[in-house]
Amino acid sequence: MTIVLLAVLVLLIAVVIGVAGGRTRAGAVVVYMLSALAAAAILVVAFARVAAAPETIVLPLGIPWLGLRLRIDALAAFFLVVVNLGAAAASVYAIGYGQHERAPHRVVPFYPAFLAGMNLVLLADDAFAFLFGWEFMSLASWALVMAYHRDGANRHAGYVYLVMASFGTLSLLLAFGLLAGAGGGYGFDAMRTAREPAGIAFLVLVLALLGAGSKAGLVPLHVWLPLAHPAAPSHVSALMSGVMTKVAVYGFIRIMFDLVGHAPWWWGIIVLVIAAATAVLGVLYALMQHDLKRLLAYHTVENIGIIFIGLGLALAFGANGMGEAAALALTAGLFHVFNHAVFKSLLFFGAGAVLAATGARDMEHLGGLIHRMPTTALAFLVGCIAISALPPLNGFASEWLLFQAIVLGTGLPQWGLKFVVPAVGATLALSAALAAACFVKAFGITFLGRPRTPGAASAREVDPFSRGSIIAFALLCVAAGTLPGLAVDWIQPVVGSLLDGAVLRDQADMAWLTLVPVDWDRSSYNGLIVLVFVLVSALVVAAAIHRFASRRLRRSPPWDCGFPDADPATQYTAGSFAQPIRRVYGTLAFAARETVDMPRPGDTRAARFTVRIRDLVWEWLYAPIAAAVERAADALNQLQFLTIRRYLTFVFASLVVLLLVLALWRP
Amino acid sequence: MATLGGLVVQGGQMLLVLLIAPLLTGLVRRVKAMLLRRRGPSVFQPYRDIARLLRKEAIVAEGASWLFRVAPYLVFASIWVAAAMVPTFATGLVFSWAADLIAIVGLLATARFFLALAGLDVGTSFGGIGSSRDMMIATLAESAMIMIVFTLSLLAGSTQLSSIATYMLAADVGLRVSLALALFGLVMVTIAENARIPVDNPATHLELTMVHEAMVLEYSGRHLAMIELAASLKLTLYVALIGCLFAPWGMATAGEGIAAYALGVAIFLVKLCVGGVLLAVFETSIAKMRVFRVPEFLGAALMLALLAVTLLFVSRSF
Amino acid sequence: MGGLSFDIAHLLAGALVLVSFLLLYQSRISALISAFALHAFVLALAVAWQAAIQDAPHLFVTAAIAFLFKGLVIPIVLNRMVVRLRIHRAIETVGGIGPTMLVGMGLVALAISVMLPATDLADPLTQEDLAFALAVVLLGLLMMVTRRNAVSQVIGFMSLENGLILAATGAKGMPLVVEISVAFSILIAFIVVGIFLFRIRERFDTVDVQALDRFRGERR
Repeated sequence: MTIVLLAVLVLLIAVVIGVAGGRTRAGAVVVYMLSALAAAAILVVAFARVAAAPETIVLPLGIPWLGLRLRIDALAAFFLVVVNLGAAAASVYAIGYGQHERAPHRVVPFYPAFLAGMNLVLLADDAFAFLFGWEFMSLASWALVMAYHRDGANRHAGYVYLVMASFGTLSLLLAFGLLAGAGGGYGFDAMRTAREPAGIAFLVLVLALLGAGSKAGLVPLHVWLPLAHPAAPSHVSALMSGVMTKVAVYGFIRIMFDLVGHAPWWWGIIVLVIAAATAVLGVLYALMQHDLKRLLAYHTVENIGIIFIGLGLALAFGANGMGEAAALALTAGLFHVFNHAVFKSLLFFGAGAVLAATGARDMEHLGGLIHRMPTTALAFLVGCIAISALPPLNGFASEWLLFQAIVLGTGLPQWGLKFVVPAVGATLALSAALAAACFVKAFGITFLGRPRTPGAASAREVDPFSRGSIIAFALLCVAAGTLPGLAVDWIQPVVGSLLDGAVLRDQADMAWLTLVPVDWDRSSYNGLIVLVFVLVSALVVAAAIHRFASRRLRRSPPWDCGFPDADPATQYTAGSFAQPIRRVYGTLAFAARETVDMPRPGDTRAARFTVRIRDLVWEWLYAPIAAAVERAADALNQLQFLTIRRYLTFVFASLVVLLLVLALWRP
Repeated sequence: MATLGGLVVQGGQMLLVLLIAPLLTGLVRRVKAMLLRRRGPSVFQPYRDIARLLRKEAIVAEGASWLFRVAPYLVFASIWVAAAMVPTFATGLVFSWAADLIAIVGLLATARFFLALAGLDVGTSFGGIGSSRDMMIATLAESAMIMIVFTLSLLAGSTQLSSIATYMLAADVGLRVSLALALFGLVMVTIAENARIPVDNPATHLELTMVHEAMVLEYSGRHLAMIELAASLKLTLYVALIGCLFAPWGMATAGEGIAAYALGVAIFLVKLCVGGVLLAVFETSIAKMRVFRVPEFLGAALMLALLAVTLLFVSRSF
Repeated sequence: MGGLSFDIAHLLAGALVLVSFLLLYQSRISALISAFALHAFVLALAVAWQAAIQDAPHLFVTAAIAFLFKGLVIPIVLNRMVVRLRIHRAIETVGGIGPTMLVGMGLVALAISVMLPATDLADPLTQEDLAFALAVVLLGLLMMVTRRNAVSQVIGFMSLENGLILAATGAKGMPLVVEISVAFSILIAFIVVGIFLFRIRERFDTVDVQALDRFRGERR
């Protein structure tokens, strides 16, 4: 515990150094190195602490009669590992990426503050510490989003982010207030033992969904994510997408599974429906983007949906007393938390490398980068395969566990669940398939083909620090995919602590390191065997071909059915790749409409093809609310311009009303 | 756990699938030709085609990267491993516990991922057409396939293919509505995934009608041979899967001896022939759909599979 | 009732639901009419099977009516009408086929969730058959509501009626099934004729046969 606190202190010191020396390159490197070391230290300690007993410490800071309660238990340790793994990698990446930084004094001081805030949220054991850390994290990340504030789009992103973050904090504040109850016990251990009436508990669920969901990106609270995540520098985007959303997931798990604890079965339906909608809408929006970082941000929304599907299933199973099934669902969700942090950070690092090398984020201006940036391309490819849930990498392992959990759902007795769970299974399958399409597009248009602009044609491979962190995470994807049993075993103490001891079987001593969640007869998956078989088959075939077939190879212009066109603009673009999918799903999901403006024969101007995609959530939810707030503000604005007599009348009337209330209330 | 005999039988299955696949393709082409009152090529023509392609020089476009040259090997390996996992003449083989249906679907998805990337690699518009259309078809086909897997695993209590086949062999399964819906859906998915009429025409090179052929347009020589063989393997996989799940009679169980295995192989060949003939008849009797009618077709498959799963969730006797 | 007969009855009821979805999926009139003929055949098979296992020979008459009248006569008549009156060959729908299928799925789920708990006292075969029959009725109604074409609305109505007949035969010992089905068939015949008279009047502003004869060019 002391090591963790020292590490957080190091981060705060790094903030000071950043303020003082952030403008210089050396100062930035020192700050990032300190952040990396601190994150690595916490990572190592927390990794060991997942299986250990909880440890609490009370610091004499903050509110006098409460102090600052910090605690590391299995859940906090797991999320500390996830957060600090991403943080360490991002810091190492930033050492190299930071040299492209246009405004280092706006980024470097806030970066360690961001890390410190996230760690504080995870360590908090009372409501004040939690909310203080949450706000600290939000404000630090807001400052990072506003780093390039001269750009109007970034200012807009920062404003929306600030509004949504404040709304989230307010919801969490109310939730903790309800949990503390009339007794006022703001420490988590008091909340754990208190038992709320059903109505209050339901309100806490709604508020937790609003608060944690807005930070995680559940539909319809996702609108700030695709604006804010791309606006920040790439290493910060990686942290916001890969890691900060997980802190929000931690908040939800902490409130729902730990502090509230007893959930009726129909809460599972609410979470499942929201999560399924989030998964499908997130990936559909992602498919329509041609800004690489916006695509990745929208895709985070989909993965958050998948994680919450696991959590919703765990709630439903737990309420029905099906302990092993609940353990499986929760394990799948937590494993996906870890996997997503790894491969989303990897993809954002790659996108940052592309941005640094070519100066462009728009896929329509890239292409052919696999020749210019081979290492980055290979690692990015591994990330794409992992996120598309393809065997034998880690995305497939966690989705496989989730599918197994859904199959176990036949044991659920309630009618609502009997209809919702198959539908959720269908949307999960659909979103996995759409994710594969999305990343064929992302990798194919960015890295393959021919360069579409001179910027793309002159890209160079990035510095060793960036490459190192990208490669490390790619290897971690492969490791987690081929050895999922070890990861699942490591997660079990967390699951056991949340579900009153229900855990899965021990995976480490399964033959050939297979993943057997329930029973050998039931189902098993072995990522290592799949990988070995595929590689061995490929090598056998290659050897056979080498021996028996012609080895000659000749380069020539592309065939292209006899009509090769030298202009790279005739290649498929991001928009054209997504067009079939937009035709199929677009009218339903976002009222997509294509118009073609053809000039009359004889008119020599160019034709225009326009695609209009509307975010229906923004139009139907946020725009009316914003308009109503503006109208109310305009109406209240009249109060600014009253005469002195009117102000006095106001005061007089308020006094009379309060006295009346006092008079009437006495009996 | 793994005896030498068991390993030999498992290896034998892998080899059998590989050797039989072009024969199935040849049979389908021959039957289609005969139904159209042509003589048609010999059933062994695909073998000759592959041998010819292997002898030829591979011509690679100038802008193509290492991915273009590696993809055929990865595609072939993924599909071969997936096909080898489907029980053909015997259940309960040595590595049958690794043959998870979801893993098989995942391996096919991996193959499709790499093929789609290879289509985009050269930077021509035909490759883009093929990749984008194939991924659109795949979103619905793969979802329907996973729902079908759910149906089967809800009935059999496992997603392992071997366990499901053993369950189907047991007599008390009966004729169930959910199985009928799953069979319907699986046939529709087979047609879509193997690029057969009405979803895609395997014999065309017209831009408006290509999906699979457009992705592999730039391949030649040994690379094209591997991709064609992989496509035949995929068809064999699906026909063997339908046979193993819905017509499992005649499959030996592990350890029954050479005679039972030989009988199993013979019956498997018969099932393949029947499947090939039915496919050829179906392809000849229906026209190819417009590309944007395919999502409706596959959406119907997804709905049917979802209906089957919902029925099973509601009551085990459906 | 053995396991196999249970299964086959079940299968036929499920097949009827499947063909109802097939009706929803069609977008050309001639395909729709063929699909409806299939619907009637499957109903005839289901009723005949019920007649065999319930040992109720009068149900064979119902099966024969369904087969002959709805499976052969009505499709042939409809096809001829479509060709003669040159009714628009494509079916205009309200909403796409995808959303319609999704709503159809929801209706099946609704039918199951209503029928299975409500008929708890009956044996499982009857329970599930009734659930399927209600699903067919709801899908027929969905078809009537989401189609703009008169022929498809009529076919929706007829498939709805098929569902009612399935429910009636599924419940053992229901009296007057044959009489009810004959009455329904006559009702349908009148509706079909009525619709086409309406179309003829729309087209030619008259239903006077002599005027139509003059139109056809046959001078007397």
